[in-house]
Amino acid sequence: MSNSVSALNGASANGFVQIRDMGLQGMITLRGDLSGATLKKAVQGAAGGDMPGTGRISLTDTGAAAWMSPDELLIVVPYAEVEAKLSDIGSTMADAHHMAVNVSDARCMFSITGDGGLVREVLAKLMPVDLSPEAFKVGQFRRSRMAQVPAAVWMASDGEARVVCFRSVAQYVFDLLKGAAAPGSEVRYMAR
Amino acid sequence: MLILTCPCCGVTGEETEFHGGGEAHLKRFGPGSTDSEFHDYLFSKVNPMGVHLERWRHNNGCGKWFHAARDTVTLEVYGSYPAQTLEPPQSVKDAITAKRPGWSWREFA
Repeated sequence: MSNSVSALNGASANGFVQIRDMGLQGMITLRGDLSGATLKKAVQGAAGGDMPGTGRISLTDTGAAAWMSPDELLIVVPYAEVEAKLSDIGSTMADAHHMAVNVSDARCMFSITGDGGLVREVLAKLMPVDLSPEAFKVGQFRRSRMAQVPAAVWMASDGEARVVCFRSVAQYVFDLLKGAAAPGSEVRYMAR
Repeated sequence: MLILTCPCCGVTGEETEFHGGGEAHLKRFGPGSTDSEFHDYLFSKVNPMGVHLERWRHNNGCGKWFHAARDTVTLEVYGSYPAQTLEPPQSVKDAITAKRPGWSWREFA
């Protein structure tokens, strides 16, 4: 059997914040009518959390459900449970028009931990997004670009941000984050 | 630098998060049209100094297409509206009129 590993196989870097490839993460793209009751039920069954509103993410202990676009959600589940969750979604949605695909191995997730203000600064160096604590709170979800590639970010807690990008650009994003967190390059605009 | 608001996901982002898609409200002339209609559909685009209606795509965000009304001189964005429309909504027209009285763009004014 082939041995599944994430793009960077758990690589980590320590700058003024810690950057870590989160390893294998189960991710499901679910497209369909987000206002439908069946889809809502499928999301609750798969992610365990509530249906996220526009531009938001609902976090649970084991995963999350994030609002990607008016007809698309990203569901984060443990890697080993993806196939089971997919068949759950399939049986809940039944004949309702939808698409649910396992994208776990097509994407890569990073965790950035440290002082809340500094974590935000690392992201703010790379993205054209207002990441101040007043504008970007826990529970918000933002798709944008990180330097030259698309990426999505959210705050898992005050001291931890998560980044999702395509697997093919995982090394690039890791190097970006590592560079932005290089010791001595703190801007201290958002950090105390 | 343009600051655009995507009407699909509500995100207000700067230009590099989006991608321009050319002139808005094109009427397609395909099979069965005359050569001159097809030529105009393909090549005759307006390039105004002032008010311009364009298509944009939120390619680093929700990935949806939408329309935007902006000014090519001042780079002011008058408003954005859904792609599934044949003409700009009255609110956008009013916003343009407030800044550029007597404006016109193709058949709209």
